[in-house]
Amino acid sequence: MAVTALSSTEQYNFDIVKKFSIMTMVWGVIAMTAGVYIASELAWPFLNFDIPYITFGRLRPVHTTSAIFGFGGSALFATSYYIVQRTCQSRLFSDGMASFTFWGWQAIVVLADISYMLGHTQSREYAEMEWPIDILIEIVWVTYLAVFVGTIMRRKQPHIYVANWFFLSFILATALLHTFNNLAVPVSLFSMKSYSLFSGVQDAMTEWWYGHNAVGFFLTAAFLGMMYYFVPKQAGRPIYSYRLSIVHFWALSFLYMWVGAHHLHWTALPDWTSTLAATFSIMLLLPSWGGMINGIMTLSGAWDKLRTDPIMRFLIVALSFYGMATFEGPLLALKDVNALSHYTDWTVGHVHSGTLGWVSMITFGSMYHMIPKLWDTKIWSQKLVGIHFWFASIGVLLYITAMWISGILQGLMWRAFDQYGNLQYSFVESVAAMHPFYAMRAIGGMFFLTGMVMMFVNVAMTIRQARGEAAELEAKMSAKMVKSGMAGA
Amino acid sequence: MDMKWLSWFASYENTKPLALVILFVTFVLIVLYVYGSKKRGERLETYKYMPFMDDESESKEDKK
Repeated sequence: MAVTALSSTEQYNFDIVKKFSIMTMVWGVIAMTAGVYIASELAWPFLNFDIPYITFGRLRPVHTTSAIFGFGGSALFATSYYIVQRTCQSRLFSDGMASFTFWGWQAIVVLADISYMLGHTQSREYAEMEWPIDILIEIVWVTYLAVFVGTIMRRKQPHIYVANWFFLSFILATALLHTFNNLAVPVSLFSMKSYSLFSGVQDAMTEWWYGHNAVGFFLTAAFLGMMYYFVPKQAGRPIYSYRLSIVHFWALSFLYMWVGAHHLHWTALPDWTSTLAATFSIMLLLPSWGGMINGIMTLSGAWDKLRTDPIMRFLIVALSFYGMATFEGPLLALKDVNALSHYTDWTVGHVHSGTLGWVSMITFGSMYHMIPKLWDTKIWSQKLVGIHFWFASIGVLLYITAMWISGILQGLMWRAFDQYGNLQYSFVESVAAMHPFYAMRAIGGMFFLTGMVMMFVNVAMTIRQARGEAAELEAKMSAKMVKSGMAGA
Repeated sequence: MDMKWLSWFASYENTKPLALVILFVTFVLIVLYVYGSKKRGERLETYKYMPFMDDESESKEDKK
């Protein structure tokens, strides 16, 4: 392993990392605000105000797109550009191309959100963007791949650190998924509308092959890349087992691709496909837990950090949620459990256990570690980081508990029969039974959003503080120079 | 040229066990590569220190 002396600020392109970090904060607030609003609409429908632009159907993709691609995507661009530079000890392959990925990606999320509110959607989950935006995504994503691979190719280290493997797997898989899921024929050159190349059950299969791998590669593999760098850095000790991380990578990358069909149990999909997906989902538990244990055991011998370091708390609680969500996932993929859980709020709870508990928490921890280093200062308020942690934890627990109860209740009410073999409950009775849990979920979301706003303020103040320090240093330096100049004269 | 042998691959009864054998053997080879040699294992474990290689420059920046 070669060791090279560095002067990081000149050697690396941190400007692009800063831009993406700021947008992570902005999209975090937007996405979570939209989430809280639509959760409130479900609990208190008057919030629709009969305005079509803000109805649940239109705001829901605004929430998911802003959260996955705006918040999550910006965080991944920021951390992958940071990690690949630091572990390869080389500057990004092209500053211009990196800058293009920033403006291109932000334009994509803004255009997508506006188009959803205006009623444009191709009705594919997590891929609602119409074809012109899909083409823009393709161009930006290929540029991202070129920047990432180009940087790896000019590395000064012979070995490629495992975090970069996860990022590369995420970039390649996302390119593949996005391309095949969006194969469509536009109605005309000047129409936003297009028709999918697939139809019927093949279309559903393609959609869920994409949908679950968006979770697997965008929301899991990539954030594991983040974990493999920031957990050791914050803990001040290397990852528990590098060899385990290699097996984790290959097993996870291979197994995820097969599990999408578990979203289509008890449908027109052939039974063997469904069973195959369920089997692979169960096998997926092994690499997932291997990775979780690898991350958590990194803290072995330094558990006291959990008491004293709120950033470490974010990272380790994220891994715990990762473990919980990846246990719940295979459970829900079992056909018999799925017969009860599918189409209910249990699935919504499961997704948020992953996105709020794992994705957001690991992002918060990584950003709190990285942002002060980027601006060469200390975090403005360490206390606020601790308060944010508790708001986020209470929020996610309220959310998933509400959805567990609501989902199981829903499933049981839908399948209940009376003594004559008729359905025991009408659909609207099940909706009425959900109400307290919908309110509880909205309150959980409010806690989580409040934490996000705290982080936004903390980061804004940290940047302001860094600018103040830089100005002060500059003033001191020029005063010193003037003084030495006068002494010389 | 007779390409009939290709039709063998068109049958799930043939390709499913074939895929299973190929993938399982690949997995076993990866595990053997990672855990099979003590010397290689030690080399692989040295890579876990890569995130700390730039600590020196970080601490220099902190002192500024």
